[in-house]
Amino acid sequence: MIPTVPRSRFSIWCYRAYVITFFVYLALPLTVVCIFAFNNSVFPSLPWEGFTLAWFFGTDAPFIGVFNERSIMRAIGTSAFVAVWVAGLAVAVGTCNAFLFVRHEFRGKALLYMLMLLPLIIPGVILGISILVFSSAVANTLEDATGLWFDGLRPGLILVILGQFSFIATFATLVISARLQKFDPSLEEAALNLGASQWGAIRQITLPFLFPAIIASAIVSVLMSFENFNTTLMLVGSESPLTITMFDKLKQGSTPVLNAVSLLLIIVSAAIGLISLLFQNAKR
Amino acid sequence: MSSDASRLGFYLLIAPLLLWLVVLIILPHIGLFVVSISEKTGVREYEIGFGNYAAFFTEPLYWRTFARTAIMSILATILTLLLGFPIAYYIAKLTRGRTKTTLFLMCMIPFWVSELVRTYGWMILLRETGVFSNALQYVGLTAGPIEFLYNDAAIMVGLVYTSILFMVVPLVTTLDSLDDSLIEAGYDLGGTSFSVMREIVIPHAMPGIVSGCIVVFMLSLGNYLTPILLGGKDSLWFTGMIYTQFITRFNWELGSAFGFLLLALSSLVVFVGLKLSRQSLTETMGR
Repeated sequence: MIPTVPRSRFSIWCYRAYVITFFVYLALPLTVVCIFAFNNSVFPSLPWEGFTLAWFFGTDAPFIGVFNERSIMRAIGTSAFVAVWVAGLAVAVGTCNAFLFVRHEFRGKALLYMLMLLPLIIPGVILGISILVFSSAVANTLEDATGLWFDGLRPGLILVILGQFSFIATFATLVISARLQKFDPSLEEAALNLGASQWGAIRQITLPFLFPAIIASAIVSVLMSFENFNTTLMLVGSESPLTITMFDKLKQGSTPVLNAVSLLLIIVSAAIGLISLLFQNAKR
Repeated sequence: MSSDASRLGFYLLIAPLLLWLVVLIILPHIGLFVVSISEKTGVREYEIGFGNYAAFFTEPLYWRTFARTAIMSILATILTLLLGFPIAYYIAKLTRGRTKTTLFLMCMIPFWVSELVRTYGWMILLRETGVFSNALQYVGLTAGPIEFLYNDAAIMVGLVYTSILFMVVPLVTTLDSLDDSLIEAGYDLGGTSFSVMREIVIPHAMPGIVSGCIVVFMLSLGNYLTPILLGGKDSLWFTGMIYTQFITRFNWELGSAFGFLLLALSSLVVFVGLKLSRQSLTETMGR
């Protein structure tokens, strides 16, 4: 079943039909979400009532568009705030880990590497509740001991950031390590021979080489943070990120304003995803 | 370079890693276990015991939901493998150059989009007033509207959709590394499509199959959105139960026991999967 091996016309066409069906299956849900963002009806379902942009720019109830819906705009801001922190932390820790695992030999390295991979196979809900239980226990102990309040350890943005970071850091580590492994150490040695300090050589030679991977992992982290649901759900406090806000609205009954938000999300995430691919291609 | 400075550098590098793993992964999971074995005896009074686990095994609703979640996740994994393999094979072996990149990208795009949006799309398609129901009425196949949502088939469609990329990508990677000439040799030696598939392609793709299956199983088992939104209120998914115990009932002890059981199940399956296929976590996940 490769091009050089002859096959019957019929089987080739069956195969193609299957591939086409598969891609239709992939595209269908996203396509209908986008189309119904323009339906001039208060329900995101048929019949089609005509084309409208009200779900983006509308100001009169019930046609309040995304850009005038305060709860959604605030949620987007919250998501962006969380994503920036998660990406920053994940990239910083990921870069350190990459240097540690690629450059250093030490006892327990294999064990630590395995532990570092664990968040990949722990379900997100479990990561969420374990952090919730642990931070509450710490907060209770501290409050009993000191009589002060420790709001940062109660469900809220700090815990959301930590919860997302706990598994996104693994992805950042893997992306940056892969790039560092391809680095030729003799370049750094040359810099040292030319009189650079150890740190100077890393800053001038190694970090610029790592830059595409650092940017790519930051972008992936932002995307993963923006779309994370399971971990966030357990740790969220009064300020909720976009996915949680949308979920709450969806449970109450959906209007095409959710389609409009989704359409914007699809466009932005596809664009960001493509940019990260460009960066990853640049590193080859 | 002096060894003192490099030792300092080493400690500075290992500090964030240890801080992350100990504070956010290891201690919380130990904490989760400790809470799961504490029984409430009075107001803020607890004693150690396995009562929460006993409650799980004596209440049929709990363990049946657990078993149901596991079985549905295994089914979803098998379906994903069966549906994804031909696609991965097509992308890896039957296309070249630009077509290949385009198809690969088309596979990726849905997964850059929030899981919520993807599930929402399925709700619009499947609900009673949705696209499929209306299309069938328009064509004249049915007289009245049909509800496609809120059943196990809808959950399955959603689960497969949510995780198929995590099957296709590792499969494409492993199949890409299989030399075409090996397949040609198989045919030259008189192999049929079936025997070439069984004796050359599948053994070579094994690492990809295993890592794909592990990730898909784990994602399905831990999925919350898809079963709740596509399966309705009575979807009976174990993560939904954990959420109820934690957030609605505020029974953290029982919820922690549930969480620990889910973790045990997913670890067990990952472990058995790795052993059966003679792979290691470091090789399949840390590619």
